[in-house]
Amino acid sequence: MIRLTATLLGLLLCSPSWAQTDDLQEATRLLRQGQTAQALDKVNQFLAAKPRDAQGRFLRGLILVEQNKPSEAIAVFTRLTEDYPELPEPYNNLAVLYASQGQYDKAKTALEMSIRTHPSYATAYENLGDVYAKLATQAYDKALQLDSNNPTAQSKLSLIRDLFTGSVRPGRAGVKPEPARVAVAETARPAAAVPAPKAAEAKPAETKAPAAAPAAEAAKSDPSDEVVRAVRAWAAAWAKKDVNTYLACYAKDFKTPNGEPRAEWETSRRQRINAPKKIEVTVDSPKVAMADANGARITFRQGYRSDALKANSSKTMVLVKRDGKWLIQQERVGN
Amino acid sequence: MQSVKYLHKLFLTATVSSAIFLAAPARSDSGPEAMLNQVFESINQNRLDTALTQVEALLRSNPNFRLAHLIKGDLLIARVRPLRGLGDAPNAPRERLDDLRAEAMARLKAYRQPPPADKVPRYILEMQPQQRYAVVIDAQRARLFLYQNVEGVPRLAADYYISAGKRGMEKIREGDEKTPIGVYYVTANLPRAKLSDFYGSGAFPINYPNEWDKRLGRNGHGIWLHGTPSDTYSRPPRASNGCVVLSNSDLDALAKTLQVGLTPVIISEKIEWQSIEELAADRKALRDSIERWRADWESRDTSRYLQHYSKKFSAGNQDYAAWAKHKQTVNAGKEWIKVGVSGMSMFRSPGQDLVVVSFEQGYRSNNLENSMKKRQYWINESGNWRIVYEGAA
Repeated sequence: MIRLTATLLGLLLCSPSWAQTDDLQEATRLLRQGQTAQALDKVNQFLAAKPRDAQGRFLRGLILVEQNKPSEAIAVFTRLTEDYPELPEPYNNLAVLYASQGQYDKAKTALEMSIRTHPSYATAYENLGDVYAKLATQAYDKALQLDSNNPTAQSKLSLIRDLFTGSVRPGRAGVKPEPARVAVAETARPAAAVPAPKAAEAKPAETKAPAAAPAAEAAKSDPSDEVVRAVRAWAAAWAKKDVNTYLACYAKDFKTPNGEPRAEWETSRRQRINAPKKIEVTVDSPKVAMADANGARITFRQGYRSDALKANSSKTMVLVKRDGKWLIQQERVGN
Repeated sequence: MQSVKYLHKLFLTATVSSAIFLAAPARSDSGPEAMLNQVFESINQNRLDTALTQVEALLRSNPNFRLAHLIKGDLLIARVRPLRGLGDAPNAPRERLDDLRAEAMARLKAYRQPPPADKVPRYILEMQPQQRYAVVIDAQRARLFLYQNVEGVPRLAADYYISAGKRGMEKIREGDEKTPIGVYYVTANLPRAKLSDFYGSGAFPINYPNEWDKRLGRNGHGIWLHGTPSDTYSRPPRASNGCVVLSNSDLDALAKTLQVGLTPVIISEKIEWQSIEELAADRKALRDSIERWRADWESRDTSRYLQHYSKKFSAGNQDYAAWAKHKQTVNAGKEWIKVGVSGMSMFRSPGQDLVVVSFEQGYRSNNLENSMKKRQYWINESGNWRIVYEGAA
């Protein structure tokens, strides 16, 4: 299932910078109540004054999705990607729309663009995984001459509901619950244009920080368990927004994601971790491979949920043991 | 690591030695095998993105290439979860998957293990000047080799992936879904317009059952070389009811080289290779035998002449004794005989010391003159070549 990004929506709910923002808030409220025609009027009103505004256009795209006008929504998001190529969300939503029409090749391209703009954008990663799986199924069907039933319509329904529940996925009747997946990444924040959310209204149902699993404490002698415990401590620090503890989980020679200087990376982490009101981070299905007594590779599903975003993806870390402590030396999304 | 496993699995599944990976690719052709090989090389080097680009290019030139779709599926799924082997499709029908794996292996092996450059199939003993090409099929390798007649020397001109009988080789009975083994000739050219889509771009029937098959009581009919239905680029290595099936583009290329009534189609389970020198020695030994047969016929010494015939000889309803009696009677009435032999071809039947010899025979005597196309089957009996069948071709 592919999820729309409502991040911009979440952000705009609480950005009081402009006078017209009232219009946007009102449009959002109307949309939430299912009054899409009125919502569209409001947002059009807003856009008449600020025709290039990214948030307004993004909201307009979401309303069109809700009104089941995918072609118009595609047009809106496409132009957003042209005008704001640095924003991952329009690419992501464009991909969702393409996928809902069975155009998985286009969906793939859009998601790859989304990730290119923001390499840590977890929602796009997960959506891309779904699109790859769809494309693979299509290829297999061609290879093996199978008629796969096309679940397009179903996944489209899910999309729309996803969009308006603050990214928390609703359960679907007849669909068994997914195994808890992990979240990695924080929202890749669109550049300066959008201020950080301060008083988020959309609250996830539960926001408890996952504690280190007690079971893991049992076998203290096993180095794999030590590695898992270190990663859980890292996740817990993140969830508590305890940035100092969080940063202390990284080795001195940690490879920053884009090769940026350590200080610069730390600053951006501080900002991102502090930005959401609440964060929930989970570590599931950890698999540890010991390179030697002081080196390990761990792969796990990371679940991340903030007031603005829910995402999960697989993550791989390389840890090294220094002075009796396991530290993160490398970190990346994927296997 | 992942990708090495992928290939490893493929070849384990097919129970083929991994030794074939040691053979360096020796071709530069741009056909599907070369492209497939590139894809597998990229996977081997863990360049999965490159591999995907390559397989997509392959699909652009051959949109119905099912094997390429399968690999594409694998390369996409590898971005989501670890692959367990070639064709990692969930709930895939086992049989179709196995077919595609077999095709992958056959194509890859054909590319990575080309036939020995200094050897030729030992079947092409002699081509007559008008025969421009000879076709030799290796069923085990799912491969058709096309040899060009270059001043009497067979030279490999092209080779193509083929499908053969779904129940294997050595056809005996009608409906046994096997492909015959032996020396055959193209007997007709059936254009696409006269065929259903199933046969693709054309069909070339061959003369199964030939004289030898009939003598062994083999039956069945309608063994053709033909193309592929429009919904697929190729079929699995073992797929037909006994026909030899090529992809349409390959059949079109092959069609330009086939001469109805002339081009031999030699079908083997597994080609036996021989150096040109060994081939020349074999050719000379047999030619010498044929020359002695001709000279002894001219000598009118019937017992010397009959030494060239096997006791197992039979033709039509004549066995050796009947043939001997007939020849003694005929030769007794002759004052002189002249026999001319020209346009000779000699093709060995795969897996046997049996050679199909064809030539133009000019016969003149004091009371008869005729010329005919003759076909003989020569068999090697403890070092001596003898005729076991003879008749008009």
